[in-house]
Amino acid sequence: METILGLDLPTLWFLVIGGLITGYGVLDGFDLGAGALHLFFNKEESRRIALNAIGPVWDGNEVWLVIAGGALFAGFPLVYGTILSTFYVPFMLFLVALIFRAISIEFRSKEPMAWWRKMWDVSYMVSSTLITLLLGMVLGNLIQGLPIDAEHSFKGDLLTFFNPYALLIAVTTLSLFMLHGAIYLVMKTENRLYVKLTVLVNNCSKFFILCFILSSMVTLIYIPHMTEEFKNHPWLFLLPLLAVLTVLNIKRNIDGRKYFTAFVFSSCITAILLILFAIGLYPNIVISTLDPEWSISIYEAASSPKSLRIMLLMAAIGTPLVISYTIFVFWTFRGKVKLNEMSY
Amino acid sequence: MPSVEILSRIQFAFTIAFHYIYPPLSIGLGVCLVIMEGMYLRTGIKMYEDITRFWIKIFALIFGIGVATGIVMEFEFGTNWATYSHYVGDIFGSALAAEGIFAFALESGFLGILLFGWNRVSKGVHFFSTIMVALGSIFSALWIVIANSWQQTPTGYVIEGEGMQARAVITDFWEMVFNPSSVDRFSHVILGSFLAGSFLVMSVGAWYIVRNRFVAPAKAMFKVGLSVAVAAALAQLFTGHRSAHYVSQYQPAKLAAMEGHWDSSAVAPMYLFGFVDNENGKTTGLAVPGGLSFLTHGSFNAPVTGLNAFPKTERPTAVNFVFQTYHIMIAIGMILIAMTLLAVYYLWRKRLFNKKWLMTLFVWAVLLPQIANQAGWYAAEVGRQPWVVYGLLRTSDALSKDVKANQVVFSLVLFTLVYTLLFILFIYLLNKKIQHGPEMTPNEEDESDEFSKRNIKQLQSPGH
Repeated sequence: METILGLDLPTLWFLVIGGLITGYGVLDGFDLGAGALHLFFNKEESRRIALNAIGPVWDGNEVWLVIAGGALFAGFPLVYGTILSTFYVPFMLFLVALIFRAISIEFRSKEPMAWWRKMWDVSYMVSSTLITLLLGMVLGNLIQGLPIDAEHSFKGDLLTFFNPYALLIAVTTLSLFMLHGAIYLVMKTENRLYVKLTVLVNNCSKFFILCFILSSMVTLIYIPHMTEEFKNHPWLFLLPLLAVLTVLNIKRNIDGRKYFTAFVFSSCITAILLILFAIGLYPNIVISTLDPEWSISIYEAASSPKSLRIMLLMAAIGTPLVISYTIFVFWTFRGKVKLNEMSY
Repeated sequence: MPSVEILSRIQFAFTIAFHYIYPPLSIGLGVCLVIMEGMYLRTGIKMYEDITRFWIKIFALIFGIGVATGIVMEFEFGTNWATYSHYVGDIFGSALAAEGIFAFALESGFLGILLFGWNRVSKGVHFFSTIMVALGSIFSALWIVIANSWQQTPTGYVIEGEGMQARAVITDFWEMVFNPSSVDRFSHVILGSFLAGSFLVMSVGAWYIVRNRFVAPAKAMFKVGLSVAVAAALAQLFTGHRSAHYVSQYQPAKLAAMEGHWDSSAVAPMYLFGFVDNENGKTTGLAVPGGLSFLTHGSFNAPVTGLNAFPKTERPTAVNFVFQTYHIMIAIGMILIAMTLLAVYYLWRKRLFNKKWLMTLFVWAVLLPQIANQAGWYAAEVGRQPWVVYGLLRTSDALSKDVKANQVVFSLVLFTLVYTLLFILFIYLLNKKIQHGPEMTPNEEDESDEFSKRNIKQLQSPGH
């Protein structure tokens, strides 16, 4: 099989998709977390500042989801169809929640009435929370595996998705994004809101650490296929160690009020957790709980080598472009939020 | 309960039709914004900045809904059309991925600067961002239309596997990109979008003029819109003809449905308007004799393949629907040319803005390109049935096999409710913004005052 840098094409594309999902988690993660925390701010001005902290960037962040979706479609069409049609109802709710998140941000500032703003505040908080929980739930189910048969047909029902493990991962994802979002907001605010947020960040970090420990233990005990690869390659255990160190560093930097460093570490933990997930899955993408033989591997699902080569070239050209103007936009809007006449 | 196929088709048609209200407006508005801001940079006249700011706010509203409803489309391929996704992923996927990484990221990234960057970047950088957003939206259309055109006229692929495992595999990327219909269809779609955006700008401008509000900026925006619209309306004659020509070459059954031409092989007229009896296979109406023969073969006496030449299972059944939507699109195209040429004539005679009746007409004409864009797509997509990938994959074979009718009913009801709400809010907020009008910079004296205040502030702030 054709390889580049010692990796075959499906593996490379698996990494690309992993990178895109990580990008989405790191970037939209703080938007979603900020949204989930929105109702903790009581004053109108605080809510506006929180909203404008993500105002110029959230749309660009959401693009990573679109690209990741497109990349999965293009690289592993079989998996794209299987996952999306299996999680039909959750994804429909997810899409509707994405619509509500977008219009809440966009519409809130368009009318001065208190009830109008309150309505969109609630809608913003609920949709951000729901998006996060649904993503976490899908992730939790993918970690455990799905009841799919040899024809890749799903043999469960809607209730299959609502199992304790998936719900635990959903809550963990929420706790991670809330922490990530809170750290982002601290960096963007000043004065009394800043003080309020420093307390909130502390609570979020405690909540996340609790969820992190709990879901790590449960995964180790109940999901053996996730840890198999680690037993074969013991050096991989450095990663969980790194995860623990990263979590400790988030806490340490928050305590030391070094929020930018804490933000870097909370981005890292998102990446590390997804890498652990990817290692557990590889070379499968969808694990069958009915028979390991029926799992869908990247080799079975991959598009043709020619198609993958074309898309790797696109990614090689496109990614530096996207990253450069993402940096440019973040640089343009660096520093604390100041409200003006163009703000939300 | 209706079948999963019917429900999924209704859902896709509904969500794409609703989505398609917005992207053409963003694309057309993007071009108008580039011109307005360009005029500002060139002339330095504040009014152009004011109208640019005004239209950027409206652009953001439209863009926001376009993005939100567009993500639905991407995911619907997987949720409702899993077999289709598997079948076309190797080809369609690369176009969609290119759209995301080259186009969508560009427009969404720079949109933040467009909206919130006025005081943070220089005028030149802001203008650059406007151009990037406009270009990004055009690139988006490019890749999506390429993907759709591949479904109409597939080239550059081979079929691998059989039955449910069958899929199209790419053999030549550029042959896929430049399939026989993509250039004609892209140019037709993009000009349709320019018309949608520019007619919105003209509609709002005309409304202010009729109401005698913001007259100077209203005239300026109307002229910007008109310059885009007249060029697009005229060029549409050419791309429209090219599109019809490719259909005649590659999708004869669709062409026959568009013109209601039944006889297997006969000289075919071109209808100005008419009615198709789907049951009995008859078309009546006012027609140019031999018109379709001329379009297809360049001769008024050449026979054209009609619907009866195809087995019933390989041609569209909703012939009247295709016929009517196609003719509505053409009729509106002609009206748009007439309106824009008339407006240009009166502008040249310096009487345009005194013509109340024409201005009133332009206020309402915003609906025309919208209807034409929708109708054109209905004709194109219903006309290619029963195929989802022309000649290769039937729509009925493209579904997700695990999705049940009750699930699709659930999502269809959900989308109907949410989109109704969304549309009401959109119209309400759009109307509010238009009623409010552009924030005009006060005259010179106030401006210098404002300027000195700002200077003092800057001197006082510790950063300086």
